[in-house]
Amino acid sequence: MRYLHIDSPRPRIAVFDFTDCEGCELQLANKEETLVPFLNAVEIVNFREIATGAGEDYEIAFVEGAISRSDEVERLKAIRGKARLLVALGSCACFGGVNRMKNAYDLGAANAEIYGRTPKETLPVRSVKEVVPVDLEIPGCPVSKDEVERIVRHLVLDVPFAFHAYPVCVECKQRFTTCLMEKGQLCLGPIVRAGCEAPCPAGGLGCWGCRGPAEAPNLEEFFALARERGFTDQEINERMAFFGGFEGVVVGGTR
Amino acid sequence: MNVDLNIRIHPLTRVEGHGDLLVRVVNGQLQEVHWDVVETPRFFEVMLKGKHYTSAAILTARICGICSIGHALASVRATERAFGVEIPETAAKLRLLAKHGETLQSHVLHLLFLAAPDFLGLPSVLPLLESSPSTVTLAARLKGVANRLCEVVAGRATHPVSIQVGGMAVFPDRRELASLKAELAGAVKDLAAVAELFKGFEMPAFSRETEFVSLKGEGSYPWIGGALLSSDGVERAEGDYLRMTNEFVDERNTSKLCRLSRESFAVGALARWNNNHRFLHPAARAAAEELGLGPDCHNPFKNNLAQLVESIHVVHESIALIEDLLAEPESVQTMAEVSPREGEGVGAVEVPRGILYHHYDYDGEGRVVRANCIIPTTQNNLNIQHDLKRLALDLAADGADDARMERLCSMLIRAYDPCISCSVH
Repeated sequence: MRYLHIDSPRPRIAVFDFTDCEGCELQLANKEETLVPFLNAVEIVNFREIATGAGEDYEIAFVEGAISRSDEVERLKAIRGKARLLVALGSCACFGGVNRMKNAYDLGAANAEIYGRTPKETLPVRSVKEVVPVDLEIPGCPVSKDEVERIVRHLVLDVPFAFHAYPVCVECKQRFTTCLMEKGQLCLGPIVRAGCEAPCPAGGLGCWGCRGPAEAPNLEEFFALARERGFTDQEINERMAFFGGFEGVVVGGTR
Repeated sequence: MNVDLNIRIHPLTRVEGHGDLLVRVVNGQLQEVHWDVVETPRFFEVMLKGKHYTSAAILTARICGICSIGHALASVRATERAFGVEIPETAAKLRLLAKHGETLQSHVLHLLFLAAPDFLGLPSVLPLLESSPSTVTLAARLKGVANRLCEVVAGRATHPVSIQVGGMAVFPDRRELASLKAELAGAVKDLAAVAELFKGFEMPAFSRETEFVSLKGEGSYPWIGGALLSSDGVERAEGDYLRMTNEFVDERNTSKLCRLSRESFAVGALARWNNNHRFLHPAARAAAEELGLGPDCHNPFKNNLAQLVESIHVVHESIALIEDLLAEPESVQTMAEVSPREGEGVGAVEVPRGILYHHYDYDGEGRVVRANCIIPTTQNNLNIQHDLKRLALDLAADGADDARMERLCSMLIRAYDPCISCSVH
């Protein structure tokens, strides 16, 4: 990458996936108008989904997915041992993602239901940071390639990156989306971290909170607003539990 | 012949998800060949239990990062059939348009980013950034149009937001639709260039008689819902999908396996081509002829060509759909009323890698009691194994060395464009 007429070194990056859908790493090959310069700004040494040949000399490891099997724990620890910087990519890596909902069910019974008498190994879902130290977390289901690009630019130039502190609500206002709460839908926009540019409310779907809480969200005020509009505590709790980003946050007494 | 081969690939690259390939040959005799799906299971059917119908499609889209629109479509269709909801005609057109965007995106990703490097003798598309940047630009431009089509119609390319029970939550921005129409005209030219590229690729000469399963075309090339058809003559209603798949579990795979009339069957672009090619757009049929893809094709490597032919079809059909949609009045309805009720429903959708089924059983409150999802790659896994065995036998008899055996076996698996995370879910 050239910045202010100076060539910066191309960091050697690797991309790894665990329990997930591989949708976040796929975003790295999206945003096609800047794909070629993006791929030229870094050196990809290990990216199984798109390339044969697994280099071990990476500096930055992007880790996608939650952790739910013992071989994944071992593989993740080996990656942590090699990477100078470990980035959790996407909500599964950051919070466990939708996979975390599995933990609410009895795993033995779940296994019997799906696999009958040939059960497969499965552990309670954990996020990446519950297994190894993480240097940076990029939430989103999927991640926003725009945001990933901004972050990679900062990493290449070795400039610290700060996420927006404000919630998704602000981004709806920026793009003139009519408030879905005003239209009678539940939306976590007031308490969820911005940076996605609010595609869901614009497409007619209230925010489901895939990016986790904004900085210092006003939870009590939000719960009051949602209750005032007739949403039950169960609805609000189910919504907050969906992507795992609100672990430990509960409205009312039940979950 | 005294050829000894011991190939272990763990995991195979340039496919979605984790699968291992093992081939062992001693003294020119094939000892074992395995395609094992080792992907971590996620238990989506369990997580669906108790979920409100409004969240089923949001959850199941996350089964797959490549065909999330297909999953959302199968999910809402299953729910709508359970509740007896008829969606507005405009919503059906919008859904098909989003579906086409995803088919194009997925096929282009597979053809140019995952499969083409094998034919060019490269480890990935990345070296082309230096040696043939125009090819990468072409691939990126095509995938870009496809993703924009999904974004404009479904709100987002990966994990869509506008596909909801009852129809489509919003009608897309008309200016965006109009500009997409122009971009799609460009995609027609770009796909002609891709066809030229693939004409130069040599598809390995291999054939194994196979049963092909797809939706049954009735007047048009089928994508969303309808009767189920196998090339062995089995025909069933959409709701009777269990008897079309016959899932079972084995020791080696975290994916289940399927069979119908014989040891295994195949789904995907080649199955759709074989069962329904007469319904394709004339431009797509002409391209098939030029590419050497004929009817009743049992060469799995030519699934690549069938994907290319389908890409041409969906681009032409998308242009026509956009023209139709732009003629709709501003006041057009895209959502029907939805009232949940007790009952079950099945949704079958042709996603890029083949036929996908979602099946939900709801209680009177609109919460899922029981769910089942059967994924294309789950249906293909056993057929991949049988193809591999035949290919490895042929190659061992031919005295193939390690490099040739590994290359062709890997290419065979890749030709199915397996979506392994999906197949395990």
